[in-house]
Amino acid sequence: MPVLDEAAIIVKDVSKTFKIPLDKASGIKQAVIRSTKRTKGFRNFKVLEDISFEVKKGEFFGIVGRNGSGKSTLLKLLAGIYVPDRGAIHVNGSLTPFIELGVGFNPELTARENVFLNGALLGFNRHEVELMYDEIVSFAELESFMAEKLKNFSSGMQVRLAFSIAIRSHSEILIMDEVLAVGDADFQKKCFAVFRELKKEGRTIILVTHDMGNVERFCDRVLIIDKGEAASITTPAKAAALYARLNIDDSKQSAINKGQGVVRWGTGGIRIKNLKISPSDNKEIPILDFQDPFELTIELEKEHRHKHTPFTVGLAFINQDNITVAGPNTLSSVIDPSSESIKYRIDKLPLQPGDYSLTVAIYEKESEEAFDFYDRAISFHVISDKAPQGLVTLGGTWSSE
Amino acid sequence: MKLSNIFSRRNRILLRELVITDFKLRYQGSVLGYLWSLLKPLFMFAILYVVFGHFLRVGDTVEYFSIYLLLGIVFWSFFTEATNQGLTSIVSRGDLIRKINFPKYIIVISGTLSALINLILNLLIIAVFIAVANVDIKMSALLFPLYIIELYVFALSIAFFLSAAYVKYRDISHIWEVLLQGAFYATPILYPVSLVIKEASPMVAQLLLLNPVAQIIQDARYALVTHQSTTMSSLTGNILIQLTPFAIVAVFAVYASYYFKKHSGYFSENV
Repeated sequence: MPVLDEAAIIVKDVSKTFKIPLDKASGIKQAVIRSTKRTKGFRNFKVLEDISFEVKKGEFFGIVGRNGSGKSTLLKLLAGIYVPDRGAIHVNGSLTPFIELGVGFNPELTARENVFLNGALLGFNRHEVELMYDEIVSFAELESFMAEKLKNFSSGMQVRLAFSIAIRSHSEILIMDEVLAVGDADFQKKCFAVFRELKKEGRTIILVTHDMGNVERFCDRVLIIDKGEAASITTPAKAAALYARLNIDDSKQSAINKGQGVVRWGTGGIRIKNLKISPSDNKEIPILDFQDPFELTIELEKEHRHKHTPFTVGLAFINQDNITVAGPNTLSSVIDPSSESIKYRIDKLPLQPGDYSLTVAIYEKESEEAFDFYDRAISFHVISDKAPQGLVTLGGTWSSE
Repeated sequence: MKLSNIFSRRNRILLRELVITDFKLRYQGSVLGYLWSLLKPLFMFAILYVVFGHFLRVGDTVEYFSIYLLLGIVFWSFFTEATNQGLTSIVSRGDLIRKINFPKYIIVISGTLSALINLILNLLIIAVFIAVANVDIKMSALLFPLYIIELYVFALSIAFFLSAAYVKYRDISHIWEVLLQGAFYATPILYPVSLVIKEASPMVAQLLLLNPVAQIIQDARYALVTHQSTTMSSLTGNILIQLTPFAIVAVFAVYASYYFKKHSGYFSENV
């Protein structure tokens, strides 16, 4: 059994900044010009800041983060490809030098020759590669192609070959970056079997991926990294929810309410001054958990002659497929005509995970004329650690007799 | 960088594979394959021999001038090949360096090693010529391997320095090309040093021989081919001046390793 207490990797307060050159070409001319102008010629780009975490021996450790979060840089630091600016990384045991499959493959060489070259990168000599050659080839299912030049291989074939070699590594710590992104379902199944085997052997594995399914399937713990900082270390299930939250964060930010062209009309006698959804984490677009409480506050601005005019408020919850999933209003409720602020509360938000827009409308109660019709006035996201199935959550219970 | 680590098991395996790959790729798809490594210097020699031996007749005073000439050319082409391959080695293996952590000097060494293999093949041709021409082998021939080592160390040091500098300054390749062209004529390869003494002065000849490559070529010719080869010791009795080319090699080797080591940690970012 693997000893779970001993640390395989300790990362302490690691920071990394890259110097991005401002000139297009790098050369002596630029260096001279820079020194005469006394400009630096590069700008600093902070990729990682004060990252600290520990990976235990025998652990299956996941690292997730969006593109540009600093994941790859972190991996390269772990693998010793980059040197940290500050902080320290202690690696206890041998570590695969790979951070990517198929590195060092040469397209002009045959597949067979590439196996030996790649094996050498893992530290195997010709004789040792010879001994495991058949196994490598049969695992990759490429028996009849080994005399071909690698440039004639499809990318899937190349990755299969690379993976088959990489798993022969005797390293105690393996780093796997996005290895499962390619390969057909059959090959993936094989990879999973290998992972389980490696895990059983007590090897420490660091898996970097976007696929939360794989994270949940294999990882013991997960590091979520966002904007160069370690957001948290957590269980796979929680990581899935947190990761979904991160993904919503910037990528779709503002795309919802700006992209579709906001429509707003009405006489303006009573206007919507401000809309607020809570609980809100101060994000431009609030993110709510499925079944969490939901509260919408509508602040009104009234013309003097409408200070006491009875009015009704209508809402429309519109999902990402442009379907109005709910449309509550105040027709059957008692609303004080002189109120300046209206609240709408749901104790357990029953909306399925997804992106929603909210249309808010204020009507005059008598004439049903719109004071202010604000189409898609505000957006929010609903997330959950479970994938949404269908349009509604029924909340039923199952029993067996 | 501990000295014992330089040729650790893993590094040896890697070095071997890289050299083999280099060699395979170079002659891939050509009908004659490896034979080209022997044919190229042969043709080059034939051309130069006709031009300099028959038309310009610069080497009439030197015995075995054809072999004398060939040896100089072979050494010089090793020097240019090793430094040029070394120069681009780090940058051209950028894909590896960005993704795998391994000692970078292996790449530079592998680049110079394939040049060294060529040198050895060329020396085999020279051995044939020596046998055919019935050159009288003297005791001094025992020193010959030492000059090859000196040449390799010098070329490797330059390769270390240039490869690291090239990562930062891409002008280096052009500068080095021009420098090599100039150095080719400043080194007594095509003409005997005696010509320099006659046309200019012994002082100029001494200056030329301060260049380690010139010193190596002249000493190697002296050791193997003919004692008519002018060496530093035949020009001056001053032991300090005699040792200067060796000192240049030693100092540069130390500096180049330091420079390379200092920058190698950042190749992966800058390459």
